[in-house]
Amino acid sequence: MQAFTVHDGLVVPLDRANVDTDAIIPKQFLKSIKRSGFGPNLFDEWRYLDHGEPGKSNHDRPLNTEFVLNQPRYQGASVLLARENFGCGSSREHAPWALEDYGMRAIIAPSFADIFYNNCFKNGILPIVLDAQIVDRLFRECGTNEGYALTVDLDKQTVTTPTGETIPFDVDAGRKHRLLNGLDDIGLTLLQADRIKAYEERRKQDAPWLFG
Amino acid sequence: MPGQTLFQKLWDAHVVHIEADGTTLLYIDRHLVHEVTSPQAFEGLKLARRIPRRADAAIAVPDHNVPTTDRSQGIADPVSRLQVETLDANCAEFGITEFRMDDIRQGIVHVIGPEEGLTLPGMTVVCGDSHTSTHGAFGALAFGIGTSEVEHVLATQCLWQKPSKTMLVKVEGQLGRGVTAKDIALAVIGEIGTAGGTGYAIEFGGSAIRALSMEGRMTLCNMAIEAGARAGMVAVDQTTIDYVKGRPYAPKGETWDKAVTWWNTLHSDADAQFDRVVELDATRIAPQVTWGTSPEMVTTVTGRVPDPADAPSETKRHDWARALEYMGLAAGTPITAIAIDKIFIGSCTNSRIEDLREAAAVAKGRKVAPGVKLALVVPGSGLVKRQAEQEGLDVVFRDAGFEWREPGCSMCLAMNADRLEPGERCASTSNRNFEGRQGQGGRTHLVSPAMAAAAACAGRFVDVRDL
Repeated sequence: MQAFTVHDGLVVPLDRANVDTDAIIPKQFLKSIKRSGFGPNLFDEWRYLDHGEPGKSNHDRPLNTEFVLNQPRYQGASVLLARENFGCGSSREHAPWALEDYGMRAIIAPSFADIFYNNCFKNGILPIVLDAQIVDRLFRECGTNEGYALTVDLDKQTVTTPTGETIPFDVDAGRKHRLLNGLDDIGLTLLQADRIKAYEERRKQDAPWLFG
Repeated sequence: MPGQTLFQKLWDAHVVHIEADGTTLLYIDRHLVHEVTSPQAFEGLKLARRIPRRADAAIAVPDHNVPTTDRSQGIADPVSRLQVETLDANCAEFGITEFRMDDIRQGIVHVIGPEEGLTLPGMTVVCGDSHTSTHGAFGALAFGIGTSEVEHVLATQCLWQKPSKTMLVKVEGQLGRGVTAKDIALAVIGEIGTAGGTGYAIEFGGSAIRALSMEGRMTLCNMAIEAGARAGMVAVDQTTIDYVKGRPYAPKGETWDKAVTWWNTLHSDADAQFDRVVELDATRIAPQVTWGTSPEMVTTVTGRVPDPADAPSETKRHDWARALEYMGLAAGTPITAIAIDKIFIGSCTNSRIEDLREAAAVAKGRKVAPGVKLALVVPGSGLVKRQAEQEGLDVVFRDAGFEWREPGCSMCLAMNADRLEPGERCASTSNRNFEGRQGQGGRTHLVSPAMAAAAACAGRFVDVRDL
């Protein structure tokens, strides 16, 4: 997994609440058995005017020029500014895969859905929860300043605006450690193999119907 | 010391190790696997030269991509077919039991788990699917995970978790005639919102919940995720034990007795403290119909499409207006004036035998209205289908003009050929009315099975209590 330390990136504002993972990556793309290549279909139904299908070339598809990701000033954005309950609905990890493949490294919102939030950390994306009023202000600042960029420092747990204002955020210590170092969760868990085995032995006595 | 909640009891029974910051390595008893969220997990295992720690704890079934029409020629769409074949190959390689597409036990993963006794009280149950919350109906701790965690569970049989906050949703009183678990679920979401349960595990309690069948409890827990909660649960009682007894994978003999002794302790203690309590009066819940593009955009069948001007905040005003535009609805329209193009009775929310009986009871002696293009009934599993056919429900549906299909997820998310065309409006017993969920540009209204059947026969929404 890609580590996340400090990221300085152009911000794109997606001014909608309850953005669900069906919107982030529609179901037809979930038929892929791969982990990569979802970026061109991120927000497919909002981004294009026609219907997208896996295997179809995206280069000559008609773009919805009103959609924020298609606006020239937001090309190359890597920080997504969003509203509450971002990533609700389906548990599909294809949603963070699509965001990551597109180039997003951090998402800022007043709240995230639990499963999506968790999935981001497994894919080198930092989801940042900020107070709704602060997010509101970032939306205004971003809207009025072309080229608006934010610096996200995971170690210091800060977001810094172009004027130098520093906004602190919370993150779970364990998740922070793994993301800062790009650590493989499974490798870490396997270090606990003796404890897992001990649990299983104990459990087999208490609840034998759970085994075999 | 106050008593424990059901969540705390389930949690404590599965703790392998606790880190200094409270992050807990939690043991997983049952891992349900389907074709959409598992291929990358199996690939990851292979690349790291790992094998499943306990193949016996996993069970797999293809459900999202399978056709609901004639299956004798396999799956026509080559992309869907490859995904199902990949599941078959991975299960064969790693020794995981799979109910393949031609197995009578094949069906929606959240229907077959309980049906086979693979879901048991007291278990931790996970699946790469958000509707895993369904299994909490058995007094289990069940939640959806992403593909990285699917791989993690395969490799370690554990997950790193932090305890959720606990919420009690207490529903007291008797439900009115024609009002179902689905209506409770939608009423709860209408009350607390789609993010109301974020960070919580919800326990559903109260006399209205105790009176529900296991099918009803599954419908309710299924939609906990639509309220933002990864897990929903109901305490174990005699209804639970009676449902589980005799199922193929349920314990037998002395082991059964031992299991029941423990299962009977799986309820919140009388003095348990919850982080939040929400109370609803069952007698006041009417049949629910969603009008927008989020399950919280819901009203009663006697209600009207709301006016964005009345929204409680500016963000909501914006969302409501956008939803009405997408749904092609004008503010103030009575729900019963909304005409329907297609009907979908099915999904992990409402495709069990009781759901089909409720829908058939309405369809019996009626006909699908002339303006309705398609009325689909998709049973949750091959065994539900067989049971329904033994009861003659398929004949009732067919006589009324419904199509009787093979089991799978079908038009809940339209990964197979069953879908809405742009602008089509559907009365659906599924769980999500998101934009494009049932097909790009499709318009979904979530309702109970009886309400969906009634809408099919009237061509518009009608109050099932008036029939």
